[in-house]
Amino acid sequence: MKCRKCGREAGFNMRRQKLALCAEHYLEWFPSQVERAIHKYKMFTPGDKVLVAVSGGKDSLALWDVLLDLGYHAEGLYIGLGIDGGFGYSRLSLEKIEGFMATRPGAVLHTVDIPQTYGESVPQVARRKHRGRGKPCAVCGLIKRYVMNRVASEGHFDVLATGHNLDDEVAVLFGNTLHWQIGYLARQAPVLEERDGLACKVKPLCRLYERETAAYAIVKGIDYIYEECPHAVGATTNRYKELLNQLELDSPGSKLQFYITFLKAKEEGLFQQAAEQVALHPCQNCGQPTTAPGICTFCRLW
Amino acid sequence: MVKFIHRQQEWEVKAGMTIRDAILKLGLNPEAVLAVRDERLINDDTKIQEDDVIKLIDVVSGG
Repeated sequence: MKCRKCGREAGFNMRRQKLALCAEHYLEWFPSQVERAIHKYKMFTPGDKVLVAVSGGKDSLALWDVLLDLGYHAEGLYIGLGIDGGFGYSRLSLEKIEGFMATRPGAVLHTVDIPQTYGESVPQVARRKHRGRGKPCAVCGLIKRYVMNRVASEGHFDVLATGHNLDDEVAVLFGNTLHWQIGYLARQAPVLEERDGLACKVKPLCRLYERETAAYAIVKGIDYIYEECPHAVGATTNRYKELLNQLELDSPGSKLQFYITFLKAKEEGLFQQAAEQVALHPCQNCGQPTTAPGICTFCRLW
Repeated sequence: MVKFIHRQQEWEVKAGMTIRDAILKLGLNPEAVLAVRDERLINDDTKIQEDDVIKLIDVVSGG
């Protein structure tokens, strides 16, 4: 199989669009797709200050890498969750980010270490609070969302960018459709606008397949953490991803089609009734926006 | 024979078929893994050759 651009041996082929590229041209194609999504969904402009949430995984590091290459003002945020899982997951994640930064002189990283700052790791808080039926994912999500928003607002960032890829988005979409969670469907989008103290959130990789971000990281030589979070093993999202990949195998392009037609239906007002926004007010303790009366859910954790 | 490595598992497969066919033969989904030979990504239409060592990397990872 030959590269469509130059005719050399292709390193990677994408059945969803019958496109095969060599390493050199793949490294041109991938950033161009990220840039296209940034423009298409009006995520941010070159003058904006972007905070990229980085986990040490392929998606977030690939996103940060591309944004820096494209000349955006992109600073990283790493949240140390204190997850060990028998192999030092959080420590290894930070090592990968530090390794990446060694290749990008001048890159700025903000770090918030949860055990150091709040006295307990995420699994410890989850055990104490008995949330999430033995899995700390619910507490972890809550803590990450809170810290990301706080750092974005205190650092006066225009947008908070996350490395959610198309497979992440489609798995969430599939789950929400399966259970007809209309409220969640109404809120799923490539851009969540800023409001009442909530930072604007953007997902520049939302139209790129997970295997495409993994391929970019490998071809670009980004050393990322291959292991999944030990608590994510067996997660429902991963089961949905497997099902969707089976569909993709039989019918290339299905995942993208599902997502694009969903966004189109949303644009045409299919979920408009459910799109009413819940009122936010500042937490009496920390000042961050919350829907909970008085003190926010994050402050109630400690 | 050609050696395939995925996580902690190893298999031996006859040379001559494509990477994609070999992945399917191993019971994996070609959408869920990437093939790497000599540290370089190879497209899954490539025919595997005698003594190749192919590492399969899960595309799902991270937190």
